[in-house]
Amino acid sequence: MIETLKARVNDDPALIRRGRFLTTTFLLEVGATSWLIAIYEGRILSVTRGPFVMPSSSFALRAPEAEWEKFWSKRPPPGSNDLMALIKRRVLRAEGDLKIFMAHLRYFKEALAKLRPAGVAA
Amino acid sequence: MTARFEPIIGRYMHLDLLGRPHRLYVEEAGEGTPLLCLHTAGADGRQYRALMNDPRVTARHRVIAFDMPWHGKSSPPAGWHDEEYQLTSAHYTEMILTVMSALGLDKPILIGCSIGGRIALHLALEHPERFRAIIGLQAGAHVDPYYDLNFLHRPDVHGGEVAAAIVSGLVGPEAPEAERWETLWHYMQGGPGVFKGDLYFYKIDGDIRARVAEIDTSRCPLFLLSGEYDYSCTPEETGAVARSIPGCEVTIMNGLGHFPMSENPDIFLGHLLPVLEKISG
Repeated sequence: MIETLKARVNDDPALIRRGRFLTTTFLLEVGATSWLIAIYEGRILSVTRGPFVMPSSSFALRAPEAEWEKFWSKRPPPGSNDLMALIKRRVLRAEGDLKIFMAHLRYFKEALAKLRPAGVAA
Repeated sequence: MTARFEPIIGRYMHLDLLGRPHRLYVEEAGEGTPLLCLHTAGADGRQYRALMNDPRVTARHRVIAFDMPWHGKSSPPAGWHDEEYQLTSAHYTEMILTVMSALGLDKPILIGCSIGGRIALHLALEHPERFRAIIGLQAGAHVDPYYDLNFLHRPDVHGGEVAAAIVSGLVGPEAPEAERWETLWHYMQGGPGVFKGDLYFYKIDGDIRARVAEIDTSRCPLFLLSGEYDYSCTPEETGAVARSIPGCEVTIMNGLGHFPMSENPDIFLGHLLPVLEKISG
């Protein structure tokens, strides 16, 4: 499912415009599975599945698989509807250069919410 | 094409607050029992636009919302450019009581959301005789910081964009798109460091956990209404406050988030009107 992120984000011109000053690679961990997601000027260049020997990323988002499943459900329950809600409950760990994450927070929220089945907005 | 005017009247009020001259923007609509409205951190009085436009409220209430200093169309006091804005419990309390006196409000109903809900608890404890009733929206006794507040005010991160992005998930899933983005726009318009300065009260100085159980609802009725999707002040936290205060009435609003009056006015008014009815007796 994570692989579909590239097409889902790149098909949204408004989201790409929002990310036009964003070029980075971040690490997404869904339980034990890790993914490197490369972004160039708002477009997703690649979504690569681990395991990796020496992954390089600006920051990492790490949460248990069950938490991401709730976040990516059609109507997430309270406490699972937003990245900041997961962080508040201490189940999502954001680590690394978080300035990039925070400066583009709306982009990352909306991009990751693209993995919800009916596309419920972030 | 014909223009339509809302019944809201806005004016600028000059008064001294904390020993300094201030110019505050005040809006009001309706006649009757004064209903003083306090906006959330980093936003302004526009959050109460629906209350001021609803005849079910304004037929019997004089609805008043002022933009706190530094917020909305209220200016910071002269000299602000060399200061760091930080809201404290003492200053917030004095501001509200001073504005009430300046407007000649006799025992208004107070309604406040988020930081406004928190200061509502402080006022219920310390100044119950000044109010007919107090309504706290998204009112908890304390919130632990859950992100680095420094991101809200630094030159290499856009303060308005990050403030709105941080709070966007606090809007409930039922919110109509127009109201959701109106609510977030207010956050995008906040001045540099103002949201962060408000959160000093919300997350540090305004902690009232140790004293909240001392609120005496026989001196001033207290109603707490909280949205189901608020992860900043959760329904559990509002419930805990309510359980510690005998006589406090609590409503959990399904599908709503942290900005009920602004993000979803129709649903919110369905919860608020019975409370106003009860207060009017």
